[in-house]
Amino acid sequence: MKSIIQATVAILVASALLLYGVSVLEKSSATTGGGSITVYNWGEYIDPELVQQFEDETNINVVYETFDSNEAMMTKIEQGGTSYDVAMPSEYAIEKMKENDLLIPIDHEKIPNLKNIDPYFLDLPFDPGNEYSIPYFWGTVGIAYNPTLLEGQTFESWDDLWDPTLKQEVILVDSAREVIGMGLNSLGYSLNSTDVSELREATDKLKTLGPNTKAIIGDEIVEMMRREEAAVALTWSGQAADMMWINENIDYSVPEEGSNLWFDNMVIPKTSSNVEGAHAFINFMLGAETAAQNADYVGYSTPNQAAIEIMDPEVTGDERFYPPEELREHLEVYENLGLEMLGIYNELFLEFKMDMEN
Amino acid sequence: MKSKGARSFYLIPYYIWIALFVIAPIALVVYYSFFDLQGNLTLENYQNFFSSVYLRLTLSSFWYAFLVTFFSILIAYPTAYWLTKTKHKQLWLLLIIIPSWINLLLKTYAFIGIFGLYGPANKFLAAIGIGEQQILFTDFSFIFVSVYIFIPFMILPIFNSLDKLNPALMDASRDLGASSWMTFRKVIFPLTINGVKSGVQAVFIPALSLFVITRLIAGNKVITLGTAIEQQFLVTQNWGMGSTIAVFLILFMIIIMMLTGQREKGGSANGKTK
Repeated sequence: MKSIIQATVAILVASALLLYGVSVLEKSSATTGGGSITVYNWGEYIDPELVQQFEDETNINVVYETFDSNEAMMTKIEQGGTSYDVAMPSEYAIEKMKENDLLIPIDHEKIPNLKNIDPYFLDLPFDPGNEYSIPYFWGTVGIAYNPTLLEGQTFESWDDLWDPTLKQEVILVDSAREVIGMGLNSLGYSLNSTDVSELREATDKLKTLGPNTKAIIGDEIVEMMRREEAAVALTWSGQAADMMWINENIDYSVPEEGSNLWFDNMVIPKTSSNVEGAHAFINFMLGAETAAQNADYVGYSTPNQAAIEIMDPEVTGDERFYPPEELREHLEVYENLGLEMLGIYNELFLEFKMDMEN
Repeated sequence: MKSKGARSFYLIPYYIWIALFVIAPIALVVYYSFFDLQGNLTLENYQNFFSSVYLRLTLSSFWYAFLVTFFSILIAYPTAYWLTKTKHKQLWLLLIIIPSWINLLLKTYAFIGIFGLYGPANKFLAAIGIGEQQILFTDFSFIFVSVYIFIPFMILPIFNSLDKLNPALMDASRDLGASSWMTFRKVIFPLTINGVKSGVQAVFIPALSLFVITRLIAGNKVITLGTAIEQQFLVTQNWGMGSTIAVFLILFMIIIMMLTGQREKGGSANGKTK
């Protein structure tokens, strides 16, 4: 009995000491004055030096958290708990967050750097007048491939992925909309299709991709391609840029049947407890030099015209990553299809994973 | 009387714990499973579960969990038997237990490197003349890594029951003319079956819902009920359907617990006689 009490006391004392230690550490890391903001972003999607620079300039302490899918991000914001001040969702997620009343309107007067953004990326259908969102990065979905591991195959068409010489060489990104969308595009349908018979046809076609499919994974794709474990990957343009950064052999192409054009924008979620600080952060990220530095680091395409002007023209002139406007016409932006439809997409994706032909 | 009151007093934390972390979550899972996306009360989720996709997913989960358990026993039993015969039992046991303290994700990531096209496993295969093989993202790599992860949980209970076995029983068996195989089959194995059953519980049940290993090691070409639950909660936000799958997973667990449950009455025959 006595020893139980002693043990209990010892544990309580140890916990109290640890708690005190944590609070001391947190105090010393928090800068005084400007308060703090919590930024909720995709992994590997910002130059950490810029976060530091923002902290130094404004005295606002930045707490940085990452997510790996729009859906996971929305779920966490909906649940509350953490007071996220800035988040970077994709366009269809913004539409949905607007619907669910999860966003705070952005005061354009507090974002003078908005003038740096290419007007092409402003006032898009998912957020007319940019009432709730400010462009951060944009890109496409396409095929990254490593010609040194291939025998001259190229990827002008999605059907090239079905080439019988690519046995066990293709990695797919583990995301229902991208994979089912690719199946739809390869049949000439819209990747926003809500026609169940078209979706069924796409899924059945995807199942025949089984023998070529090496794996269906997430961010690990970049590492797999860098190390030449696989020759071909269905992926986002930015991930392809990441791969090419390390392995110069890799190339990227967007098949001509069409593909997805996406935008990631900065928003201020309803959970924000420092709306002022959030505006300051968004404005900071839109600065010409900061945006250029960030685009260099992240490798995705920036919508920031002022940044493009000071960036290396070899990068910004690369049509694989900065397709000119006429090429963008083949591309479609994801529409918010609603939860019901998203469920169907995911169930078909599950079925595809289970029934892949060997 | 007083000691009885004191005893129930000390049980309060236990009851609170059970209520908060066992009963409440299960009740919530069951509750959510009756709602559809719009929040209407419905049995649709259960109907949906019996559609072909989820039913086949269940079968394939069971098949892979069975394989993982089977190979775990195959390796764990002889290992545990050998452990009881070694001099430094505790040291060897410690060496087997230590890897289970390391985070599952770290171990899994290590295998991506080991099984990669340019990893040590393939270097070895090339050196002995078999040549490079695609190891990662196959059924083999999935079973191998899962068995590796689960094996301590199979070895421990088997080791415990073997260790408790009275050596006199084996001597008697041999004195009466039984061969080593017969001794094993008629004496040792029946007396350690409870250890095997506990091991099966500790391996089969978690193996039903693995989802990290299925993604990283099997490249999602093997999918389990765990994959489906994760997807329903995080991607489709269909908590109702996710909960329904979880309800079935809990039911399967209960059934397995009952099948492999230890009957206390037979317990005394467990060679515990001293």
